[in-house]
Amino acid sequence: MLRVKNINTYYGQVHALKNISLHLRAGEIVTLIGANGAGKTTILNSLSGITPPRDGEIQFEGVTVNGFSPDRIVEMGISQVPEGRQVFKDFSVEDNLELGAYLRYRNKEKKSDIRKDIEDVFGLFPQLSGRRRQMAGTLSGGEQQMLAIGRALMAKPKVLLLDEPSMGLAPLVVQEIFKVIVNLRVKRSTAVLLVEQNARAALKIADRGYVLETGKVILEENARDLLENKDVQRAYLGRDKKEIWER
Amino acid sequence: MPNCGCETETMSHQILQYALSGLSTGAIYSLIGIGFAIIYNSTGIINFAQGEFVMLGGMMTYFFLSLLRLPMLAAMCLSILLTTAVGVVFERLAIRPLRNANPLSLVIITIGGSILIRGIAMLQFGKDTHSIPAFSSNEPLVIADATILPQNLWILGITFLIIAANRYFFYHTINGKAMRACSHNRRAASLVGIGVKRMVLISFAISSALGSIAGIITAPLTMTSYDVGIMLGLKGFCAAIIGGMSSGVGTVFGGLLLGIFESLGAGLISSGYKDAIAFIILLLILFIRPQGLFRKAETERV
Ligand SMILES: Nc1ncnc2c1ncn2[C@@H]1O[C@H](COP(=O)(O)OP(=O)(O)OP(=O)(O)O)[C@@H](O)[C@H]1O
Ligand SMILES: [Mg+2]
Repeated sequence: MLRVKNINTYYGQVHALKNISLHLRAGEIVTLIGANGAGKTTILNSLSGITPPRDGEIQFEGVTVNGFSPDRIVEMGISQVPEGRQVFKDFSVEDNLELGAYLRYRNKEKKSDIRKDIEDVFGLFPQLSGRRRQMAGTLSGGEQQMLAIGRALMAKPKVLLLDEPSMGLAPLVVQEIFKVIVNLRVKRSTAVLLVEQNARAALKIADRGYVLETGKVILEENARDLLENKDVQRAYLGRDKKEIWER
Repeated sequence: MPNCGCETETMSHQILQYALSGLSTGAIYSLIGIGFAIIYNSTGIINFAQGEFVMLGGMMTYFFLSLLRLPMLAAMCLSILLTTAVGVVFERLAIRPLRNANPLSLVIITIGGSILIRGIAMLQFGKDTHSIPAFSSNEPLVIADATILPQNLWILGITFLIIAANRYFFYHTINGKAMRACSHNRRAASLVGIGVKRMVLISFAISSALGSIAGIITAPLTMTSYDVGIMLGLKGFCAAIIGGMSSGVGTVFGGLLLGIFESLGAGLISSGYKDAIAFIILLLILFIRPQGLFRKAETERV
């Protein structure tokens, strides 16, 4: 469904992505793991058209989409939930969701359908539904993350790109958010590309994973195999050490 | 000798009179200033061609009235449409191709654009000063001891309507919300599918339309010529600076404040100071409160 072939992305002189290739099948959850600065965010932004790759190819449902502007990428069906949430702080929760459906308004979709989807998001995240008129900037971190996901879902994406949704959140909230991500696949067969620091949690819900190091893919395997891979455990599943001490 | 109290009474009466006339000038400045603010918020540049849209509104209306003998309303609507078209073409030809240039060169381009538009207007319309008829009678009305021309009421009424419409657009329509979202957080806006280019184009369309309306409604009082855009543009800019570049209430108050101060200064001190007052206020604001009088603690911009 989404196929990335040998892309190279630069920030000025900095060669941030080196010949990255990856793919994502319909309804699949795939995770990208890697240390800080490995290029995870850059991959998502290259897919979203924010930092277009200099060469290589990004194909989505058979269409070559590299070089498309970010809004056209969204229109194609790829939405991103950016690192740090980036909700529209001076807008109400409801306005944020409406803005998520901007292209659907522009394409003259029925308002009642969009309203219904807004209610669906409130169904997904009941915590938001009592806060419709609250300014997004005053929400808690977890609520902002839910809102950012809800906003992305309002575009009815076929592929959802998630950049570190668990960052700075309490374990319980992370659990809730991950549950929603898993349900997306079940209910809407949305494919998910999940970037996570919390590699263990991500690998537990993912089908496959890619391991990234300094702009290169160094490993691609089933999530379960990655969880058991010794090198991966040592480098990215550091939490184990804590368990060892506790023993 | 006049009885005591009399002098202060004429004084306060005069002040009321000046304030009243300042109010409608100020309304014009507000409209122009909002045009500056809208473009600034969507692009980060100061569009110094804004004054030329004001000039085009008045001058085109004059020419449609006197040369084509169109009815008043038709002449006005046509001028607004054409000025908006000029604004859109200006964005397409001068701003969009250079979107990645730094803001300073874009600002210089708007100055160039303004000189070009003014030059064409001069060649096309000549150098004479013109007036267009007032929208209704020219008989002054008396309100609370002060007199006011009906045209002043037209100006205030139309400005009020436009500001209300503007508010409605930015807060209750999806495109208006998208424009605000885009100015608050451009990256997040593009990630939800808001096309930044489209927003910039809309902002030029709205600003040029607002400018032309300001130019039309003020023309019956202040006359119009190919070069009125310079001064009116600067005054509008000043209003927007006082208002902290808000495309709403702040700039409206900025314009009204400026209009009233100007009128009081001209009336009570000397009419020679009229234009100087705007620039003194501008400099004071820039020195003391560069974020504008009406902007709350800086909202986050990304
Ligand atoms: N705007 C930029 N300008 C220059 N270099 C950048 C820019 N953004 C990222 N980089 C560089 O590109 C590389 C990849 O960055 P990226 O943000 O993709 O990493 P990441 O894997 O998302 O890291 P993190 O886990 O910290 O979010 C880093 O070396 C970073 O310094
Ligand atoms: Mg990152």
